[in-house]
Amino acid sequence: MSAWETVIGLEIHVQLATKTKIFSAASTAFGAEPNSHASLVDLALPGTLPVLNREAVNMAVKFGLAVGAEINRRSVFERKNYFYPDLPKGYQTTQLAEPIVGTGSMEVVLDDGSRKTVRIHHAHLEEDAGKSLHEDFHGMTGIDLNRAGTPLIEVVTEPDMRSAEEAVAFARALHSLVTAIGVCDGDMSQGSLRFDVNVSVRRKGEEKLGTRTETKNLNSFRFMEMAIRKEVERQIDILEDGGSITQETRLFNGDTGVSRAMRSKEDANDYRYFPCPDLLPVMLSEEQIIELKNSLPELPAQRLVRFVEQFGLSDYDARILSSDLATSDYFEAVVKLSGDAKLAANWIMGELAAKLNAEEKAIAACPVSAEHLAELIARLKDNTISSKIAKQVFEGCWNGEGSPDQIIEARGLKQVSDSGALQKMVDQIIADNAAQAEAYRAADEGKRKKMFGFFVGQAMKASQGKANPQQLNELLQKALEG
Amino acid sequence: MAIDQDTVMKVAHLARLHVSSEQSAALAGRLSDILNMVDELASADVDQIAPLAHPLDVSQPLRADIAEPADLRDRVLPLAAASEGGCFLVPRVIE
Repeated sequence: MSAWETVIGLEIHVQLATKTKIFSAASTAFGAEPNSHASLVDLALPGTLPVLNREAVNMAVKFGLAVGAEINRRSVFERKNYFYPDLPKGYQTTQLAEPIVGTGSMEVVLDDGSRKTVRIHHAHLEEDAGKSLHEDFHGMTGIDLNRAGTPLIEVVTEPDMRSAEEAVAFARALHSLVTAIGVCDGDMSQGSLRFDVNVSVRRKGEEKLGTRTETKNLNSFRFMEMAIRKEVERQIDILEDGGSITQETRLFNGDTGVSRAMRSKEDANDYRYFPCPDLLPVMLSEEQIIELKNSLPELPAQRLVRFVEQFGLSDYDARILSSDLATSDYFEAVVKLSGDAKLAANWIMGELAAKLNAEEKAIAACPVSAEHLAELIARLKDNTISSKIAKQVFEGCWNGEGSPDQIIEARGLKQVSDSGALQKMVDQIIADNAAQAEAYRAADEGKRKKMFGFFVGQAMKASQGKANPQQLNELLQKALEG
Repeated sequence: MAIDQDTVMKVAHLARLHVSSEQSAALAGRLSDILNMVDELASADVDQIAPLAHPLDVSQPLRADIAEPADLRDRVLPLAAASEGGCFLVPRVIE
């Protein structure tokens, strides 16, 4: 047991899924030619003025409502002043004293099924900076301002997480929430969600928080987990050697797994915030908030509870199946068509998930349709096929050989449930293995169990796996024990 | 409130302004005068008054989320000191 307790708070930049930027009508589409989506406002040309995007405001409010947060009827944009080449105005337009979303919270289900509440300190609207490209410019830095002005909400949590696992579970839950309510596309590879982690450690039982460091811009759950583990180790090593932690910003290199302190910028935190004179306070009406509240779809947390109650799933299964909309829709479609939630859950989290993983496919691109999986489950339930044969049929569906019924027909996989045919086969097996049958009859109860398996194996071999296992067992038992 | 030369130099650095030490002495005096005036304002009793973010009593108008063409790069890149591959070029910055 470690003598140390880890304390983690997160700041998450969520890129909002608007079509245009927060203060200009330039497109936010990813992957365009450099600087081809940069308007006069984004380029910060003198004399231009920002005009706020209604959709960005709506999305921020939706997020706030989804985490049960206070929605501030009035919020104010401020200027955060600093110089960096990818910030052409010389300041970032953001919110500080009066953010749009106040305190809220999110409940997270951990791997062991336990629940954890993480408080949200606030969330504010702001603009993203452009991109600095350090490669390919022979010692210079290239600046692409397509991303400049992309709307973000920065979500700031309280330091409520106590391990890398909890932080990652929260991050995943946040990812599923923002994608479910449609305010973010969730594409981590394009930086749609970026995490800053604040980590400190303290001796167990200690009230006072230790000095924290901030590791910036982690864009995958795996890197986040690695960065936190490394940072906790680093801090504990320093403290156990009698040293002290320097409050600093660190960068984590996911490829090498190494973090380092950012070159400390003197006066870096002297941002001289002040209310932006170019923007008026943002006012929200009750009607607008109610309308946005009514527009929210079922949230992943609500879906989780419903899956448990409606389908009798375990918390763990429900969490996996409710985490993203595509998976839950698929699951619900299979349940609806097959009428069996338990089998649907088992197949989706078992065979299907393994295949998707192995071929790095998203469920949206799954070659086995919900209709086909439901049909497969139906054939299992009506004893047309055994679960062993079902796996073969699933393979066939995955490879595009047709529907389960077509595959069962074409490959002749129908389970033999004709008791006459099975009886004939059982008689033949016992006749062919008369010595073993004698030995079975002479053996005591304990040994019989093991020996019985031999006959089942023979029968399955003879029927090429198609014998109805239940019927087969009964017939074998009868024949052997007379 | 008096401002010393060190503060002037620090603020100048944050604003990326080049200020010589001769200038900083004069600026310290003038900025102190301005802040003295602010002190006078600050002495007013405003306990009952909500902070003002903007002098106009109106709220922010909002824009519909509809994209308009914004490709200005052939016009703006030539204005930059250096550019390449569609990007503005600046002295290397790395963190």
